[in-house]
Amino acid sequence: MELLYQRDIYGQTLVELGRKNKNIVVLDADLSSSTRTALFAREFPERFFNFGVAEQNMMATAAGLASCGKIVFVSTFALFATGRAWDQVRNSICYNNFNVKIVASHAGITVGEDGASHQAIEDIAVMRCIPNMTIIVPCDGPETREAVLKAVEKEGPVYIRLGRAKFPTIENKKQFEIGKAYSLCEGEDLTIVACGIMVNTALNAAAMLRKEHINAAVLNMHTIKPLDKETLLKYAHLTKYFIVCEEHMTTGGLGSAVAEFLSEMYPIPVIRIGIGDRFGQSGNPEELLKEYRLTAEDIVEKAKVLLKK
Amino acid sequence: MKEKYSPELIRDLEEKCKRIRRLIIETLAHAGSGHPGGSLSSTELVVCLFFVHLRHDPQNPLWPERDRFHLSKGHSCPVLYVVLAECGYFDKKELFNLRRLGSILQGHPDRRTPGVEVASGSLGQGLSVALGMSLAGKLDGLSYRVYCLLGDGEIQEGNIWEAAMAASHYKCDNLCAILDYNGFQIDGKVKDIMNLEPLKEKWQAFGWHTIEIDGHNLREVLSAYDEAKTVKGKPTIIIAKTIKGKGVSFMENTVDFHGRTPNPEEARRALEELK
Repeated sequence: MELLYQRDIYGQTLVELGRKNKNIVVLDADLSSSTRTALFAREFPERFFNFGVAEQNMMATAAGLASCGKIVFVSTFALFATGRAWDQVRNSICYNNFNVKIVASHAGITVGEDGASHQAIEDIAVMRCIPNMTIIVPCDGPETREAVLKAVEKEGPVYIRLGRAKFPTIENKKQFEIGKAYSLCEGEDLTIVACGIMVNTALNAAAMLRKEHINAAVLNMHTIKPLDKETLLKYAHLTKYFIVCEEHMTTGGLGSAVAEFLSEMYPIPVIRIGIGDRFGQSGNPEELLKEYRLTAEDIVEKAKVLLKK
Repeated sequence: MKEKYSPELIRDLEEKCKRIRRLIIETLAHAGSGHPGGSLSSTELVVCLFFVHLRHDPQNPLWPERDRFHLSKGHSCPVLYVVLAECGYFDKKELFNLRRLGSILQGHPDRRTPGVEVASGSLGQGLSVALGMSLAGKLDGLSYRVYCLLGDGEIQEGNIWEAAMAASHYKCDNLCAILDYNGFQIDGKVKDIMNLEPLKEKWQAFGWHTIEIDGHNLREVLSAYDEAKTVKGKPTIIIAKTIKGKGVSFMENTVDFHGRTPNPEEARRALEELK
């Protein structure tokens, strides 16, 4: 199985875009080697701006550049992009509906050894509540490229959430379209909805469940906002039970979005798998995923309880 | 030496300032809420820009080569709205819809107003926004200048100093900040709430060219904008000493009218003084 860093693909895609589109500028806050915007900086130094450790200034400056017609990519760690500079993202970028694409790496607990201060587990929640914002959580390297390319075509602010660790490449993905979820496998007993690194975990869980004669559909819900309500309703009618998995708090993320929508439109049980009301900690990514109950085994266990099997 | 600015021009600008102050009072009294103090203190600063220095075209607000003006202290939007209306960006009748549902004139600047570049209101972000405009101009090889009006209470925000550092790092000599240093913020005198001094030295330490003026002396304001244009390799800040509530005796040098509008009787007295 191919393993790729999403941020490697991001950096390469930026360079590809930079060659085609002179209007693209890239900003970073002293993390360009980690976020891989350094690749763009090397090829287009005049269109790259490093702001040092000052995320608030970086976000509001992005708004100013966008007001003059630039397509602005802004990168740093997810925690600092969405937490430290939230007011700048809300008031300077989103309120003006500016063409700023925030591509943040190091989201979730798979950041690993750096521990809780660097593990963004609430970033989706705090971006989801801002009007005009689009939120994409790509499941692997190749989908990161698709997301970045589509984000450029879309008018307005976009938040793209990337991980730090290598992600396994998912096979048989469908055409990527912002706001359009798709199934990676079908099943009539329950639907597992996932985003980011949890898509692969969900597929593993579905394979394990099949051996126990439980057929689960798996949806790659890469876009969290706008939510693909049509696909959710379709699968709600088909399967009666939902499990939603994300490397994020169960509060405010994909699980919340799905539960909020279905509870109003087609109330069925929606079980959220994510991080509960606690902070992350140091450890290697695999250990942490186990500790925080984000493994395929955890999904299988929840599915069996749900289906009373 | 012949004065660059004729007595006729100065008289005309004085008249404009008076008319604009009257309109600020009228629109705010009509709206029933808003911030008169900082609009009245920054009137000369805004008037000298829009009627003398700024290259702009009210008939074509998005002209790519226009100079940019960004009101970082967004609560002083009444002075901006009145000046934009006087310039012809929109009908003056709109001023009396200020703060009403559906109005193009929101309580704080919003891009739905012709002539407003970027929304503002959450303090401390505007200098960064202006920095972005400045960098874009340099990238595109355009000669426009960027002006950003800051409040004195506002520059207590850390974001301002991040932007100050970055603007001098990137040698943004097309950027000119203007500080409306009226000495008051909502809770009291700036020096009592959170002292800014020594202020000129702070900006100089951050790599800025500083110009200190009396912000109500039209010749000093006009000349400061001239001087800023000649500075190369660094951004400029015009530190303008002003009087909060300038032009209306009972509004001057008080925090009372920072965020309170005059009642009908107060408005009548204010307009009497501004005749």
